[in-house]
Amino acid sequence: MATRPITRNTVIPGFTPTLGYTVFYLSLIVLLPLSALVVKTASLTWGEFFATVTAPRVVASYKVTFGAALAAAGVNALFGLLVAWVLVRYRLPGKRFIDALVDFPFALPTAVAGITLSSVYAANGWLGQYLEPRGIKVAFTPVGIFVAMTFIGLPFVVRTVQPVLEELEQEVEEAAACLGANRWQTFRRVLLPELLPALLTGFALAFARGVGEYGSIIFIAGNMPMVSEITPLLIITKLEQYDYAGATAIATVMLLFSFLMLLTVNLLQKWSRRHAA
Amino acid sequence: MSIEIVSVNKQFGSFTALNDVNLTVPSGELTALLGPSGSGKTTLLRIIAGLEIPDGGAIRFDGEETTDRHVRERQVGFVFQHYALFRHMTVEENVAFGLTVKPRKERPSKKEIRERVHELLRLVQLEGLADRYPTQLSGGQRQRVALARALAVEPKVLLLDEPFGALDAKVRVELRRWLRRLHDEIHVTSVFVTHDQEEALEVADRIVVMNKGRIEQVGTPAEVYDQPANPFVFDFLGSVNLFHCRAEQGQARAAAPELSVGYVRSHDIEVERRQSEDAVEAEVRHIQAVGPAVRVELLVRGTGKTVEAELSRDGADRLALDVGETVYARPRKMQRFVGDYQI
Repeated sequence: MATRPITRNTVIPGFTPTLGYTVFYLSLIVLLPLSALVVKTASLTWGEFFATVTAPRVVASYKVTFGAALAAAGVNALFGLLVAWVLVRYRLPGKRFIDALVDFPFALPTAVAGITLSSVYAANGWLGQYLEPRGIKVAFTPVGIFVAMTFIGLPFVVRTVQPVLEELEQEVEEAAACLGANRWQTFRRVLLPELLPALLTGFALAFARGVGEYGSIIFIAGNMPMVSEITPLLIITKLEQYDYAGATAIATVMLLFSFLMLLTVNLLQKWSRRHAA
Repeated sequence: MSIEIVSVNKQFGSFTALNDVNLTVPSGELTALLGPSGSGKTTLLRIIAGLEIPDGGAIRFDGEETTDRHVRERQVGFVFQHYALFRHMTVEENVAFGLTVKPRKERPSKKEIRERVHELLRLVQLEGLADRYPTQLSGGQRQRVALARALAVEPKVLLLDEPFGALDAKVRVELRRWLRRLHDEIHVTSVFVTHDQEEALEVADRIVVMNKGRIEQVGTPAEVYDQPANPFVFDFLGSVNLFHCRAEQGQARAAAPELSVGYVRSHDIEVERRQSEDAVEAEVRHIQAVGPAVRVELLVRGTGKTVEAELSRDGADRLALDVGETVYARPRKMQRFVGDYQI
């Protein structure tokens, strides 16, 4: 006898239409544009493709974009964890306000964020006027890109770590203390491994956001070729020159990088969750 | 090592968790803190461990002042109700944790730690499971890992907070008998918290009955069961029936005949068909066989009060009771408490 279809065994109705809808929707929204990207790129020969994506100016932009995004995500992982820790563990006045403030970079239009950051860090800005004389240039340098990416990436880490931290049992820490572990050992060996999957997720999201960020960066970056030009800006530049195939070629490389990054993080997560049966 | 608790108080907001508690736990004994929820037993255990700081009073280990010492330095083993195992570590790593966090100078070598861990796993009968993660174990196994982990640091005192509370009935009975045997082997001063009187009676050398932040009675299981100090202890340690009877003390003669309350356990009630001197007439309301016993609910004639008698299967078969029949209930053993009729 043939196996019965799964739809017979479930109490939730509508398996076939919802599955069909999901596949259709994902194809329409995600797969179709992505394949269009690849198809468009395919109008180039391999030689042209490689020449475009390995041009010195393009390679420099990869380095700036991915380097700054990686550094920003790293900084966010560390300080986002700290913010989440404070928000979960301590009772402080105005905690709800601080908690709401974390989401600010989510809500703020990126152009507003960009304008604000560049005015703060410019030579005559609030912070810039103190930093510049000391030889620390932030606005219109790669450091500015890093600052903007840190700004927009913070909520990702806080919001992924916070719920996990809230659910950690106090008892586990008490058990560690009873066994003679000091605070650092408890954090390092008991808490951190529990937080690691969430922290990695937050890191990956912050990184992806940083790589894809455009609006808030172009104001503060200065956009100097070979120095502070990000890859998304290069794509725009190519488009403005009606070089559609060249633009999509660079976009394909970014897509590939992002995909690899996500894959790596997923593997890391799987490893950090190896204990969960 | 003995534990001395001297007039300890603890307040949570407006709730008094412990109210002037004094207790001495003798060295090498297995002591049960028994009481209903909210009686302060867990708070007391956590204060002994140093996980909670008392508002007043003192804790002494072997006469040595310990009140202000941090949990880390108290050398107590603590077993939590929900195990509190480290989920990301294997069984072996869990048990070894206490040894691997020792300062480098005191830390045993890797080989010694390994040997010690396997010796402990043998003790808790989990030798083959060293490489498993806690999620791959049953509740009973997890609790035994937690116990091995607590014992690894050779604690002076072993504290267990409702250690069998999260387990199903059969495993609970097995594990508590096993704990009793284990204690007979290693003789570390142990205190465990429970709200299950059967568990306390079966396992402990000594029972401390607590209620509303106070100690009601301290004694061996036989003492607290057979000679309860007050109605609360009587009630908490088993079934209870109230019989109203006339006070028989000579001194009461001058006053009007005074009613006093007698406390009788269900299994101390004899159900008979023939009237006798100190029996009361009652109607059978309900008959329920529970495992090896038969519970009979009786309505005492004239008072409207119900009494529950527990008969053996044999006894019940011989009487062949039916609902609605009239029988006579005679208390075999009755306990009276002066002054306080309230439970």
